[in-house]
Amino acid sequence: MSNKHNREPLVEVKNLCKYFRQGRSTLKAVDDVSFHINRGETFGLVGESGCGKTTCGRTILKLYDATSGQVLYKGKDITGPMSGRELLAFKHSAQIIFQDPYSSLDPRMTIGEIVAEGMDVHFRYSHKDKQRKVTELLAQVGLTEDYANRFAHELSGGQRQRIGIARALAVEPEFIVCDEPISALDVSIQAQIVNLLIRLQKERDLTYLFISHDLSMVRHISDRVGVMYLGSLVEVATSQAIFAEPLHPYTRALLSAIPTADPDYEATRSHIRLEGEVPSPINPPSGCKFRTRCPHATDICAQQQPQLVEAKEGHFVACHHWQRLQGKS
Amino acid sequence: MDKILEVKNLRVSFHTYAGEVRAVRGVNFELRRGETLAFVGESGCGKTVTAKSILRLLPPGVAEIKPGSEILYNGEDVLQMDQKRLQKYRGNEVSMIFQDPMTSLNPTMTCGKQIMEALMLHKRLNKQEAKAEAIRMLDLVKIPDPEKRFAAYPHELSGGMRQRVMIAIALSCEPSILIADEPTTALDVTIQAQIIDLLKELKEKLNTAIILVTHDLGVVATLADRIQVMYAGQVLESGSAREIFYQPQHPYTWALLSSVPDLAEHSKQELYSLQGTPPDLIMPLESCPFAARCDYCMQICRQQMPQVTNVSDTHTVACWLQHPSAPKVKPFYERGLSHEQQA
Repeated sequence: MSNKHNREPLVEVKNLCKYFRQGRSTLKAVDDVSFHINRGETFGLVGESGCGKTTCGRTILKLYDATSGQVLYKGKDITGPMSGRELLAFKHSAQIIFQDPYSSLDPRMTIGEIVAEGMDVHFRYSHKDKQRKVTELLAQVGLTEDYANRFAHELSGGQRQRIGIARALAVEPEFIVCDEPISALDVSIQAQIVNLLIRLQKERDLTYLFISHDLSMVRHISDRVGVMYLGSLVEVATSQAIFAEPLHPYTRALLSAIPTADPDYEATRSHIRLEGEVPSPINPPSGCKFRTRCPHATDICAQQQPQLVEAKEGHFVACHHWQRLQGKS
Repeated sequence: MDKILEVKNLRVSFHTYAGEVRAVRGVNFELRRGETLAFVGESGCGKTVTAKSILRLLPPGVAEIKPGSEILYNGEDVLQMDQKRLQKYRGNEVSMIFQDPMTSLNPTMTCGKQIMEALMLHKRLNKQEAKAEAIRMLDLVKIPDPEKRFAAYPHELSGGMRQRVMIAIALSCEPSILIADEPTTALDVTIQAQIIDLLKELKEKLNTAIILVTHDLGVVATLADRIQVMYAGQVLESGSAREIFYQPQHPYTWALLSSVPDLAEHSKQELYSLQGTPPDLIMPLESCPFAARCDYCMQICRQQMPQVTNVSDTHTVACWLQHPSAPKVKPFYERGLSHEQQA
């Protein structure tokens, strides 16, 4: 895994902001977020609902136009205006797998048509080649070729998500944003899909941005993890580091909130419980956004927004008190 | 501890255009006062249908509880109750909280009114008493500022708050059984943790028996005293929480436990995953329902239904591997690294 960290970044996100106007107020969905994703690695983005993780993923793919900031893809900024040809080339190389396998597949198209649609845009295959390619892709995601003539409603959730993956792979991308690809699925099916994603990454040297609220799955699949809270990144580190020694109080609380499948351990372990709920992103707290729920908040937290600083090598945290809190639980 | 609920050979079918869907196929269990029993399984395994039939909430005409099924509440057969008795039974003696707090509250009534409704109907309180009691309930489920929230409409509250209101309504008449159908699935982890803590605390305070329906093994580990693993409308294994988590006997339970990634394990390992999908519930099943996906499947598994074997007084398994002449197998599931290393 070490050689992966020496690779050059494929995606660099610099001070990315995405605001939505809501009448007279502004909803800051993504607020000054910076990170990078190296080629061939999986970057996990976790957080609770409404923290801006999906918006962030979509803005990186130019599905939303960024309010400010930069997204460098292979060193080129994609947030500004692009020519049709540039945009086509970008979409050829970067794809997305959506959360809901029920609503993201067109009910009136056969599976074969869904998978082949992207090829029609990006490649000029003959009809025969196209069919061969569809069969190949379906085989890669573990489905037989007779699925090509079926419709989405005939398939189970897990099978539909496989189609979503085949559709994304059809244009031979290098970078895939996986937007909660497993949250709508059953546990045993989740494991199938995660294994498939890991296998495809090894075979095709793919780069993933894996967005999820399920920390244990993110830990499993990611090389590095970013934790988001109310539109800001609060901690970025390798997945080992973030689980072994989380520095930000929010990350600690998140980890503590996951119940483990171990009754004896659950009975003895001490929990960090967060009071209250996530404040509205339309009117976020001043200074550190987490301070209203943070058990360690002091005056400075209300006045100054903490910056993401490198606490240890490759381990970034945005908290005024991380040094003081180190070693405490 | 005395039994308050006993379910014997429960069979439920749905009549659809495609044919008769046998959603629950002979489920037996009992519930004792004050204990928490969890139904665990994947979607479509019949856990919600089982829970709903306890309250007779299944749509009449479409769903049919097969003759021969028995649901005994304190010895009284629920399936024989008339409408009047049933109305008293629902809410007053057994009540339910649903998965989705967004859709299960009435959007046109304030939260306080919805709690009062239950109190006035079942406990025959007058308006003032009901209001005072409703505010006390809101306070009990730890809603800050209960007097103010009493007048709030559901859309003004967050998901976690709405789930608390649901719990307040369900517990307002002090039922002896609370059925919680995926109470935390729609919530975020930090809010889920709050609701779990609340349920735990209320369970001790009010001594209510809880039937917890969920697919999340973590939630089960924190709350349940006993666990019942369901698959294709049948109970494959049941036992105390410790027995199920530390000495599971059924290959399906092994598979369920191993498909959850362990927080202490190394990343990017292949997760154990079950191949295939659950059987079609329209088909009659004469053999073990799990046979087609089981790694330990033997010839007999495809021919005959396994018998229920007692591993201990509390632990039962329906699997041919328990048969004396079956080969001894080593489960592929073993507990991951100890959590001390993780902490």
